[in-house]
Amino acid sequence: MMKRMLAGVRVICLTCVTGLTFVLWPAVPAMAAGDAGQIKVLKGSVVLERDGKTLPATIGTRVMQSDTLKTGAGSSVGVTLLDNTLLSAGPNSVLVIERFAFNSTTHQGHLDAGLKRGTLSMVSGKLAKQSPDAVRVITPTTVLGARGTEFHVQVTD
Amino acid sequence: MRLNDFGIVIVIAVVVTALFLSEKPAPQPPVAAPQPKTMVVLVPDAGGKVGAVSVKSAQGETVINNAYASATTTGNAAPVTGSSSAAQVQQTFGESAKALPPPPVSYTLNFLEGRDEYTPESRQNAENVLRELAKRPAAEITVIGHTDRVGALEYNDKLSLQRAERVRADFIKRGVAEHSISVAGRGEREPLVATADEVAEARNRRVEINIR
Repeated sequence: MMKRMLAGVRVICLTCVTGLTFVLWPAVPAMAAGDAGQIKVLKGSVVLERDGKTLPATIGTRVMQSDTLKTGAGSSVGVTLLDNTLLSAGPNSVLVIERFAFNSTTHQGHLDAGLKRGTLSMVSGKLAKQSPDAVRVITPTTVLGARGTEFHVQVTD
Repeated sequence: MRLNDFGIVIVIAVVVTALFLSEKPAPQPPVAAPQPKTMVVLVPDAGGKVGAVSVKSAQGETVINNAYASATTTGNAAPVTGSSSAAQVQQTFGESAKALPPPPVSYTLNFLEGRDEYTPESRQNAENVLRELAKRPAAEITVIGHTDRVGALEYNDKLSLQRAERVRADFIKRGVAEHSISVAGRGEREPLVATADEVAEARNRRVEINIR
């Protein structure tokens, strides 16, 4: 009896683990966790904020999910994301990569870019092509659904 | 005498400053709290194509889908559509538009049958790739090798990777940063031109180079 119960528990555990593997499998990203893209263009003074720390931003700096990019007067920054979305911020802007995930095999995932203030330009990539609801720009008052391909956003207060 | 004059000037300066400081600010008329404003303008992309953007605020939703169509939201109010122009876009968004990275590009280099040697045309084309790389300070390069369907699967897996590695070695020799290049071999699995097995097809003997 005890033996049978143990065997049963073992089967359940195995099922759980197998189930979990299946649930987690699609979430395993192809790149390092949280990696979203890279700074390709930079002018003037730009900083990157990550986990409450301010880091210098230069051409080649990796951009991760949750990072904030801040540009000063006369400054700008351009980022290419892993799905080939092109994203840039003009002077005096605050741009947050709120959410990013991209599966390079299925092209599924999502991007939420937060523009707190300033200007943003976007050329959509594979995410928007795969799903019209995958890419959003979120401002203090508005949610924009980027269905492609090129547009500009300004936030003023 | 001169010192006295100087003293008088100081006294006057102090009195004037004190007057300024003591003056109460004129009562301001009540002003509504500033309303954050969002404006979006849709523009044709580099290929002239115009997509669409949905715009949703607390009190309404719309979709813009024409070149230079705009939508503006103020506070919670529903978006108001309008139209902009290339000149206005340049004025407001010139700086951010200029900071957009160059769009990713792809190249295909072809190889001689059964070997990891470029065809003569591809030797030329490789120079074009290197020129493009020189223009991109932080390029990320993906090199994917392919084969035609002549030979066994395993043989072609190895050959396709060899071809990709050959490109990588060439590029590194020409000054491209090693860490910026990643390689993969797809064997005969992704032919450009579908063929039966064991068919020699020059167009399938290739390496695809994606530059981001």
